[in-house]
Amino acid sequence: MLIKKRKREDADINGSSMADIAFLLLIFFLVTTTINVDTGIGLVLPPPLEEDQEPPPIKERNLMNILVNAQGRILMDEEPYQLDEVKPRLIEFIKNPNNEADLAENPELAIVSIKTQRATPYRIYVDMLDEVMGAYKDLRDEASRTNYGVPYGALREESPQQQQVKDMYPKKISIAEPDES
Amino acid sequence: MAHFKKKQAGSKQEIPTSAMPDVVFMLLFFFMVTTVLREVTLKVRVNLTDAENIEKIEQKRLLSYVYIGPERLPGNRLGEDKVQIDDAIVEDIGGIRTLMYDKLREQPKLIVSLRVDESSEFGLLTDVQEELKKASTFRINYSTRREVN
Repeated sequence: MLIKKRKREDADINGSSMADIAFLLLIFFLVTTTINVDTGIGLVLPPPLEEDQEPPPIKERNLMNILVNAQGRILMDEEPYQLDEVKPRLIEFIKNPNNEADLAENPELAIVSIKTQRATPYRIYVDMLDEVMGAYKDLRDEASRTNYGVPYGALREESPQQQQVKDMYPKKISIAEPDES
Repeated sequence: MAHFKKKQAGSKQEIPTSAMPDVVFMLLFFFMVTTVLREVTLKVRVNLTDAENIEKIEQKRLLSYVYIGPERLPGNRLGEDKVQIDDAIVEDIGGIRTLMYDKLREQPKLIVSLRVDESSEFGLLTDVQEELKKASTFRINYSTRREVN
């Protein structure tokens, strides 16, 4: 049997407009994309206290009480401070270079407690927290520089070196229940 | 005078464009993957505050947002401070517990990003934090912008 071989037409799809389509989609996604990294102050909340559970005992000298009222006035252990004096004072309290009796026994035991009022604006609270975080950042930077010669931020995440610096200056920040008035 | 004829280069000066679709597709896929299409419509005003000592959150998938700020009312007015989670305003603060607990079960490494308006009062925030404690979502992040000095 003789099969007549017919020459088929090539079934080509015209691909010249593919680039245009891809460009169109590209521009759409370019416009809709927002590459903003979220930044913020990280904290880990403590677990809630059980009803009958007493708060663990803390020595008075290891605790730095910071009170901030709604007007942004600051009391640190009953003495008034300005916002820019908070950081040096905290560093002194945590490190206690001269081994004073009313400052923290050692950095691992130091606890910073921030207490505000219910009416305190969020901005003032964050400014305060920022100062505390800044004090810990400076201390960790210093420890990292003396031990490893690099700032704390340059240490690899979850490396033993980073963990050691973290253990030297653990961030123990307590956010106290605010006062009603 | 001798007339100098400018020597033409032997090869044709054309950029091969055959690889252009590939390049464009590559870019396209990059942006498709990085795009987050679902944006929440904010029902509260959130003007973030600034801070210096902040950290970046690289893993956006772990994040769950809680918005706190004055409610946006029709006619450009602002109402009282309210809490918004996902697309709805949460009137009952006690309901945050179950909401966040369900989210934690879906994503055990959940980080709650608190986006709070700078003028909001601390009282509402602390109520929300108490609920977060009860829901065992302990990792939180106060969303702030980087302070420019």
